[in-house]
Amino acid sequence: MTLLAEQLLNGLQYGVTLFLLAAGLTLVFGIMGLINLAHGSLYMVGAFVAARTQAGSGSFLMAVGAGMAVAAFVGMLMEVTILRRLYFRDHLDQVLATFGLILFFNEAMAMLFGRQPMMAAIPDFLSGSVTFIPGVPYPIYRLAIIAVGAAVAAILYGLIVHTRIGMLVRAGATHRDMVRALGVRIGVLYTLVFGLGALLAGLAGAMVGPLLSVQVGMGDRILISTFVVIVIGGLGSIRGALAGAMLVGMVDTLARAYLPALLKLVMAASDADGFGAGLSSMASMMLMAVVLIIRPRGLFPGHG
Amino acid sequence: MALTRRAALASALAMPMVARAQAAPVKIGLVTTLSGPGGYLGADIRDAFMLAADGGKLGGVPVQVLVEDDGLKPAQAKQTVNRFLKSEGVRLFTGVVFSNVLEAVAPDVLDDGAIYVSPNAGPSSLAGKNCNANYYVVSWQNDTLHESAGENANRLGYKKMFLLAPNYPAGKDAITGFKRFFKGEVVGESYTKLDQTDYAPEMANIRAANPDAVFQFHPGGLGIAFIRQYQQAGLVGKIPMVLAAPSLDSTILGAVGEAAIGMDVTSHWNSDFDNAANKAFVAAFVAKYQRLPTVYASQGYDTALAIGAALQGSGGNVKDPVAFRKAMLPANFQSVRGKFKFGPNQHPVQDWFGLRVEKGADGKLALVTKTRVLTDRGDAYSETCKI
Repeated sequence: MTLLAEQLLNGLQYGVTLFLLAAGLTLVFGIMGLINLAHGSLYMVGAFVAARTQAGSGSFLMAVGAGMAVAAFVGMLMEVTILRRLYFRDHLDQVLATFGLILFFNEAMAMLFGRQPMMAAIPDFLSGSVTFIPGVPYPIYRLAIIAVGAAVAAILYGLIVHTRIGMLVRAGATHRDMVRALGVRIGVLYTLVFGLGALLAGLAGAMVGPLLSVQVGMGDRILISTFVVIVIGGLGSIRGALAGAMLVGMVDTLARAYLPALLKLVMAASDADGFGAGLSSMASMMLMAVVLIIRPRGLFPGHG
Repeated sequence: MALTRRAALASALAMPMVARAQAAPVKIGLVTTLSGPGGYLGADIRDAFMLAADGGKLGGVPVQVLVEDDGLKPAQAKQTVNRFLKSEGVRLFTGVVFSNVLEAVAPDVLDDGAIYVSPNAGPSSLAGKNCNANYYVVSWQNDTLHESAGENANRLGYKKMFLLAPNYPAGKDAITGFKRFFKGEVVGESYTKLDQTDYAPEMANIRAANPDAVFQFHPGGLGIAFIRQYQQAGLVGKIPMVLAAPSLDSTILGAVGEAAIGMDVTSHWNSDFDNAANKAFVAAFVAKYQRLPTVYASQGYDTALAIGAALQGSGGNVKDPVAFRKAMLPANFQSVRGKFKFGPNQHPVQDWFGLRVEKGADGKLALVTKTRVLTDRGDAYSETCKI
């Protein structure tokens, strides 16, 4: 039972990381209609800048700030110089161009920081673990990630439902041409939304640095899971991104933790390990397939 | 008279062409993993290979090394290798880090009658029944890395072990190899994903199983993430870890730091090996690249030396794999591991050593060679190989 509780926390923490990435990606797709494969690169930029800043200054908070700021800046620069030209192009052109950006960012990071994985230390005030479930010491840092994710979700909700900017964002997601016709400076709105998405990706990158190894190509791998999340949640919907991220985080974690053991009840142990590992890595994809069969447009299509 | 003049003219014209043909360097296709979590593995192999090929020659034969990144993608590697075969006329290949990539490219190279020399991956699938006269492995057969770890676990007196490895050919070889030599009980076994970086669910399972020690195989960036999360989960100092060389190389050690103190590693090479070839290699590598060579670098260097010896013995004619093989198999080179020879399946027969992570007098962490774990170990598949 304590093991299950711990695995649920792990799933929650993974889901929160996915949410930070998915929120930006789904906003950009919903509002600008842009498929941005290079979103994972912004996550990588945030992670590298934060790791480097932390190594230089020793301050974790400064590192997270720097990671977010640089990722947001790079994101907005990318929007103004390159992506802006792609909004009215075919999705295939967008995929091609942003895939090129992935290659560019991977090489750029390799040149700037080298191919050796970089490290970030867990700051002293978040190191160690707390035992709030008896017998299960849980790392404080992972709890902190969950807390930050929850705060971001709350802030985004407030921003999108209760502010004028949020209203424009929601309107832009569903009635793009109408917003433009009403005289909103859509270009500025786009750049801001893109910057916000990049900021969140940078935050995710900066926060996972001390958990994972910061390395070239780290964004490519999480990008696929992020796309699964926004497809499940419904393209363009922040609420959907939150629900999708939690679902994928939980399903992925619990499948990895329990599938091999469950399969051992019905088949030979050595087969169960291999088969369970294969099946659990497909779990989030199967979840997506099931959701798409029941709700072809995702769980929360077309909302803000 | 006219005839001889024409003959003289013809030979005069032909001469520089012959000379040019002799000077044309041997092309070596080095397709390796330079990006992603395994990026530094390939970079170390490449850098050490180029160190040995300094001055553009291996074994006195001019070489031209064509380097390409496979991105840990079998399909991408296959494409590059086929381009090298078809349009560059490359007949000699090396470089691959990961077994799943090697399994994709080796058949293409060998079916074409060209030569493959692996500096790292040695999957069981190519070591036994499907071994090939033109396929050589200079590093190890995958299983043997982990057999040495299994033997080391026996030596250290561990009775209950929890095993983890990524779900790909070398990961399965790792668990098989470990179990072949480990005499105690396996209380848990877990296959992770090759692109996984968050091991929190596995940490929880390890804690619940409460073994004497953990054996895990996670090369490169995966290993860094694994050990750091092992520490964050509060398992360092509670449950010891037994590892093989790829799971704790000098780069991983530099990254995880104090968390690795006291961990037991088995390896066929270590930077502190006391032989002249190794001392010269480590000094030259540090001087050229300003970092300590990893075990991958040592293998890349040995691979270059082995190829050099074969090129020298065969006069640099890689279009004749029989002559190349005759010159390759005696392994006429000074390996940085001390002694080295090829077994019947053209995989190494070598000694394995137990290392431990310790803090040196200068306060720096280092892998220190402690004892010999296995002597002249070949591998479990050579019997079924008929060349």
